[in-house]
Amino acid sequence: MSENQIRDAIAEAIADNDVILFMKGSPAAPACGFSARTVAMLEALETPFAAVDILPDPRIRQELSALSSWPTIPQLFHKGELVGGCDIITEMYESGELAEALGVQPPDDAPADAPAGADPAPAPLGIENRLN
Amino acid sequence: MPSADEVKTRIEAAIPGAEAAVDTADEVHFSATVRASAFDGLSRVQQHRLVMDVFSDELGGSIHALALKTEVS
Repeated sequence: MSENQIRDAIAEAIADNDVILFMKGSPAAPACGFSARTVAMLEALETPFAAVDILPDPRIRQELSALSSWPTIPQLFHKGELVGGCDIITEMYESGELAEALGVQPPDDAPADAPAGADPAPAPLGIENRLN
Repeated sequence: MPSADEVKTRIEAAIPGAEAAVDTADEVHFSATVRASAFDGLSRVQQHRLVMDVFSDELGGSIHALALKTEVS
């Protein structure tokens, strides 16, 4: 895939999914504490979301950040708009704005403070082929 | 390396009506709470971008990270 094809695929994924999280690792095995916390907040609200692991190809992160003008990972999108990274999502979770923005009713047992999230698994060792 | 005071002054100069409180332990990692009337009506992402844009030349260089909290005043 070329950079342009990657950027198109990212734009399409954002357009096709109401709630989509670009993260390091997967929701079941987050590879970074910030991604883990963001997943835990979405799960606490019981909101369905799509997730994209940006680690397999460094161009995914590069093209995502070019598209969103946002430097860090994770990035949460709702209906095509960037809602924020982990800090913004944490603040919005704790003020109730996140549930409101996503249009969900938080479950009765959702914690008031942002949940800590699972311990992140170490990122897989990436071997980059720089020869081609 | 910028001091916390310099970061504060630059945010307040760039964003009309802004009040910033800035902390740093090492003068490369900063955390700032910024209150501004200019944030009214903007999403948090847009609020953060307003502040981040002030340091676009330094972020990743002399400023490694700027953790932000924004509030509408």
